[in-house]
Amino acid sequence: MSDALLTIRDLRIEGRSDETWMPIIKGVNLDLRRGEVLGLIGESGAGKSTLGLAAMGYTRDGVRISGGSVTFDGIDLVNASADDKRNLLGKRIAYVAQSAAASFNPAHKIIDQHTEGPVQHDVMRRDESELDAVELYRRLRLPTPDEIGFRYPHQVSGGQLQRAMTAMAMSCRPDLIIFDEPTTALDVTTQIEVLSAIRDIVEQFNTAAIYITHDLAVVAQMADRIKVLLRGEEVEEADTRTMLDTPKEDYTRSLWAVRAYERPAKPAILKKDTPVISVSGITASYGTTKVLEDVSFDIHEGRTVAVVGESGSGKSTAARCITGLLPPILGEIKFRGEVLPPNYRKRTRSQLREIQMIYQIADTALNPRKTVGDIIGRPIQFYGGLRGRAKRKRVEELLDQIEMPASEYFDRLPSELSGGQKQRIGIARALAAEPSFIICDEVTSALDQLVAEGILRLLARLQDELSLSYMFITHDLATVRAIADEVVVMKNGRVVEQGAKSEMFRPPHHPYTDLLLASVPEMDPDWLSKLLEERGREDIGDAGMEKMD
Amino acid sequence: MILAYLLIGFLGLLFLGWALRAAGRGLIGSPYFRDMGLSVAFGYMLAVALVALLAWGYWLSRFAPPEIAPRYFFLRIAIEGLVLFALAGWLFRALGRTLGTAGSRKVFRAMPVTAAFGILVILLYAIVAIFAPLLAPYGQDQVLATANVVPGGDPALGGNPDFPLGTDQIGRDILSRLIFGAQNTVGFAFVTTCLAFLLGGTLGFLAAVLGGWLDQLLSRFVDVLMAIPSLIFALLLMAIASAWAGSERWLLTLYMVVIIAVIDSTRVYRLSRAVGQNIVVMDYIEAAKLRGEGLGYLIFKEILPNAYAPLLAEFGLRFCFVFLTIAALSFLGVGIQPPLADWGTMVRDLAAFINYAAFAPQAASPPLLAAGAIALLTVAVNFVVDWMLYSSSGLKE
Repeated sequence: MSDALLTIRDLRIEGRSDETWMPIIKGVNLDLRRGEVLGLIGESGAGKSTLGLAAMGYTRDGVRISGGSVTFDGIDLVNASADDKRNLLGKRIAYVAQSAAASFNPAHKIIDQHTEGPVQHDVMRRDESELDAVELYRRLRLPTPDEIGFRYPHQVSGGQLQRAMTAMAMSCRPDLIIFDEPTTALDVTTQIEVLSAIRDIVEQFNTAAIYITHDLAVVAQMADRIKVLLRGEEVEEADTRTMLDTPKEDYTRSLWAVRAYERPAKPAILKKDTPVISVSGITASYGTTKVLEDVSFDIHEGRTVAVVGESGSGKSTAARCITGLLPPILGEIKFRGEVLPPNYRKRTRSQLREIQMIYQIADTALNPRKTVGDIIGRPIQFYGGLRGRAKRKRVEELLDQIEMPASEYFDRLPSELSGGQKQRIGIARALAAEPSFIICDEVTSALDQLVAEGILRLLARLQDELSLSYMFITHDLATVRAIADEVVVMKNGRVVEQGAKSEMFRPPHHPYTDLLLASVPEMDPDWLSKLLEERGREDIGDAGMEKMD
Repeated sequence: MILAYLLIGFLGLLFLGWALRAAGRGLIGSPYFRDMGLSVAFGYMLAVALVALLAWGYWLSRFAPPEIAPRYFFLRIAIEGLVLFALAGWLFRALGRTLGTAGSRKVFRAMPVTAAFGILVILLYAIVAIFAPLLAPYGQDQVLATANVVPGGDPALGGNPDFPLGTDQIGRDILSRLIFGAQNTVGFAFVTTCLAFLLGGTLGFLAAVLGGWLDQLLSRFVDVLMAIPSLIFALLLMAIASAWAGSERWLLTLYMVVIIAVIDSTRVYRLSRAVGQNIVVMDYIEAAKLRGEGLGYLIFKEILPNAYAPLLAEFGLRFCFVFLTIAALSFLGVGIQPPLADWGTMVRDLAAFINYAAFAPQAASPPLLAAGAIALLTVAVNFVVDWMLYSSSGLKE
């Protein structure tokens, strides 16, 4: 193989924890040819990012390469000197991080950061590099490519910033780019723009790429080959099509199967039933900006209403109105037919108890200084007045319900739990109040697919056992398909469309619902190409412009 | 001329650094030397040069002829002190690792020497402060027969074995006054700092949680207080307080504690409000609010445990500042009232002796004893706080 660009042989990487070295990567091989895109998938903790960084000869602090070799175009990266690496990184190997917003320096204009690489590496002069940046911005279909570089990072949207970062990685025309989950933090509609832009530019310059993600459908669009990682070991590797059609290993198959989870439909709602929560005609604003306008929907007992829309559509604001954190200007919220005071401070303790919330990011939803027992025990004591042994017993029951043995987890701190376990503790805390209605705010979007599926199944089971009602805020339509009974689609603070799930996934739709539905990546490797053909290029550029407002 | 010497020294060290790196590359060939920048190599050589210089100074202080040796007396004390303290800290840690319960042994095992030293010093100060009347050979206000006895207890140099650290200008035993000073200065500073934290911390968190007009009101009030130069403000208030206190001296000391606590609580308020605001936006605070929790629970059970680290760091620093403010006020005559011994006052009273430093170091040391007592405690507190910060931030990972 004369055109091999990157060769990794039996790579072993260790990370230090509590004075001992624990293996992170346990002997992985990897081959990448020029112009080839390799998809790297696996759950968090599988070592995807560590492997991606090691492909640049770099390890994070407290992590070391303990064996094996990384060869980039004949250069041994493991033993290369700091000077040699400095000449390679940024020039011949570039890196695109997950959060462009966190990776750009907010104090400098985008183009100043863009031109730094080429100028430092003596690839271009500053003025040449600026012209080149504009050209790259144009190719990445950024709106107003002549001006956008002269803005500061906070002045452009997340999707645009991610493309600007890709342009920056391209600035020296590298042979290899590592993409570390570049679209994970973006909305589905934005994700498409970024994906197609990345794919085109990688093709145009014949750049090789390692594309790290946990989203199978995304990797299916981007990669020529896919490698599946599990706990630092390779599960299998094959061409994208082969991998999607005939996965060999059970683990890969289980990843594929996650997307198929769907709850059986429930019988239709009887008209005479009083809904558990009834939102009628609420309008709310932050200061003078209106964020919700005339929003109405009902949530019935034992049912799940999914509220969908991209960020900024008012989904979470609606939840804040229901909980009373943001009293609406107009309209009212009823709980079992009884009007709730708009401000949570005016609500009685039992009204507060009935409405509970589960948050998107379990890390910030659990007090890092409290043990699991304290976190779950507090609502029990606060609402139920249980103390001592009775409280402990109830906590243990709840831990049982979320499938986490009390003997093991009772005294743990949140930092000693995995992401999925933290989310389960969040669920247990909500259950501890014995509510009849729970708001789930993007509860699965920060989790891996397998873990997310576990959470969804748990929520579904709890709903059946306790006849809970859920308001399920999400931007992921696969989640909607899995768990919802009814769907409310929101855009710019208004309800665009609502109805039973079975109706929603069947045409005709409101054009926005259509756009949302069509933007959800499918497992078909040709999906993105087909979609782009249908929509036409101009359209996507416009969508980018619109987001700026 | 001096510039030329500096330049030669700099270039020489740079060359030595380069040589070190070249030698390291040639002989050992480890990646560490390969990737070493010239500036790092220069830093190593600079450190070596400084250590050599100190060693030479120490040698002079011990073996040089008597007309030169006294110049290096304080250097000798500093080096010997440093070695002694490091040794004491190390021994203390070794002791902690072998004695005590399994839990305490684990704490000591993960402890750096600096923290062990800090804990040892704080413990010693606490013991001295508590048992001062038993430990001190004389009373703090007891005027003895001989004034201006030189420390060291060596009659040849004007000392007296009865007064190992000498006596001051009016013949009070300096050792006894230092011991009582621990009680007065450290005790008052500690109480004042605690009071400042109680006040500033509570109000700061309250402002962070409630926001709105209360936050505005408190913050603007604090801004006004902070706008006035703190020492002048304290002086002004002390002047008023002394009028109120009349002849009751203990009352004046109480006023001093309250006044310094209020002035310093503005800084604590600022910090705890800023820290609190970062914590208040967390979802677990929102969850607690929606549960219907009261303010007290929010502040003391949800926010405070997450604010320990920055508050502790501030406590160490604030304690030292309070200490110095008390010393400054005492210096100006409105702080801790004579005849109570106070380190700040002692430094001021004995300051004149420093003029003898060049030729009779023993005679010059009395003001430095009190200053050293302040410095040692300050350093010890900060060592301990640093370690606590480090271990508490490690918990988060």
